[in-house]
Amino acid sequence: MCNCGKNEYTPVPSKLQDIIKHTAQEWTFRFTYVGDVKPGQFFQISIPKVGECPISVSGIGPDYVDLTLRAVGKVTDYLFENFKAGDSLFLRGPYGNGFDVHEFEGGELIIVVGGTAVSPVRGVVQYLCETESAKDVHMIAGFKDPGEIMFKADLKDWAEKIDLTLTVDGAPEGYEGKVGLVTKYIPDIPIRDISRCKAIVVGPPPMIRFSMIELVKRGLSEDNVWISDSRRMSCGIGKCGHCRINDKYVCIDGPVFKFSEHKTLID
Amino acid sequence: MFTRLKSSTKSSNTDVIRYDYISRIEDAELEERSDYSFKEILIPLSETMFYFTEDEIKEADYDARPVIVLMRSCDIHAVKRLDQMYTGNGPANDWFYERLRDRVKFALIGCGKACPNSFCVDMGSNKTDEYVFSIDMADGKVYCDVRDDELMAAFESAGGTKEDVSPRYVTEAEFRVERPEEVPVELFKDPMWDEYTRRCVNCGRCNFVCPTCTCFTIQDIFYTDNGRVGERRRVNASCMVDGYTDVAGGLVMRKKNGERMRFKVLHKVYDFRKRFGYDMCVGCGRCDTVCPEYISFANCINKLNARVKEVTENV
Repeated sequence: MCNCGKNEYTPVPSKLQDIIKHTAQEWTFRFTYVGDVKPGQFFQISIPKVGECPISVSGIGPDYVDLTLRAVGKVTDYLFENFKAGDSLFLRGPYGNGFDVHEFEGGELIIVVGGTAVSPVRGVVQYLCETESAKDVHMIAGFKDPGEIMFKADLKDWAEKIDLTLTVDGAPEGYEGKVGLVTKYIPDIPIRDISRCKAIVVGPPPMIRFSMIELVKRGLSEDNVWISDSRRMSCGIGKCGHCRINDKYVCIDGPVFKFSEHKTLID
Repeated sequence: MFTRLKSSTKSSNTDVIRYDYISRIEDAELEERSDYSFKEILIPLSETMFYFTEDEIKEADYDARPVIVLMRSCDIHAVKRLDQMYTGNGPANDWFYERLRDRVKFALIGCGKACPNSFCVDMGSNKTDEYVFSIDMADGKVYCDVRDDELMAAFESAGGTKEDVSPRYVTEAEFRVERPEEVPVELFKDPMWDEYTRRCVNCGRCNFVCPTCTCFTIQDIFYTDNGRVGERRRVNASCMVDGYTDVAGGLVMRKKNGERMRFKVLHKVYDFRKRFGYDMCVGCGRCDTVCPEYISFANCINKLNARVKEVTENV
């Protein structure tokens, strides 16, 4: 018999501790997990006989990880319809590089996120909120409309500790919050030293593209920008090939990339 | 022993040379190249990974009996690429690959002549030392260079004559190719790929015959008679075929066949090398032979090289 070591494909049982419903389509599933994990890494949620899907970690606790998902596919639809807190499911992971939170500590930082992309950066923001440089964190969080705003409790908490701009693309009349695309607020971010300022930009590809145009206009170096990417994946461990772009694999070399490196990758 | 043999198909003159188990060497096809490669012995077209029964997850069984695979030099070079992807890319190894790989040894079939559409010589895969024994047939005799001690005993007991033997190999393949050392980013969006948008029908045959293509998709199924029982499989995937990049929500990365061709070609002769230090393609020529639109991989590499020269010299 083969002495092959651990089978990384084997799904590991995990009890669902809680389900937090943000919107009708976006829920956070709190999975029991004890072990090393970083913000920006991802897990494969594994449902036998249905399939697997890679989901980034949106929260880390002493005995759990939060995975926030939108019901848009076969596995996520099944999850939304068939599970409740207390049920047992399967996971494998964590995979990918994730964010190194210490990289962003002690200096000025701009964070631009759109929609569910709050997930991979939530752990970074939570960490920075407790450091002395919290007041130098400038975050712009954009959602489609007021009904789509997620992580409301977090946003309220963060607003007291960091410089948070919460905006929606469009809103019905009478909405009191900020309205407009995230790019509208980039020129107004107060930065003392743009040459040393860092940025994290996560969201749909067009949002990243236009945010980068605005950030570069401000004088930000592309070497100081981190993004988080996603692709179709089957394995999560650099074997199945689906997530390859040029010589990089999103699952093992990413999903977090420096923008200067990522812009040379062409699908 | 797992080797190439000819099997007839329902249509006339469309015999396929494919791999299967043999018990007598007379059944082996030692002259012509197999249409499909050896790779299904290591990465089956469809492989069950797990069986699910109610709450139980069980790793699928496999046939652990030792296998000797007879193959040409180019294919032995291809094994190195499969090993690289499954056991040398990222921190975790592929358990299912390792257990199949563990039971396989490779024997070399000497090459008396170059295969149609091959360009192995320029890819450096025309010669190898990585075999347990070699096999060359000439004048009704079988010549073997035995490198494996265990097998040497078997060869000695069979009563052959000891001679100095070295396996044949070709020094001129059918085609010559020149690969570009660097491919500038502009080339990814170059109009040279438009030709393949017009010609390619994205059937994916080039991927399925390729001895170095390793991509797979994991799929779960449940048995319709009993929804509580099912399995998880992985099946060979093709970067040329629709669905390869589809994600939930509807995003598709490469819609045009020319873009898919660029993705595949650059992986085979550039991106893989950038990552691992040597090219993925071994120049066996199977993809050219199988293509229903007569797209030549060798020509494409040469066109790419010429285009890179044009672009970099005009800067």
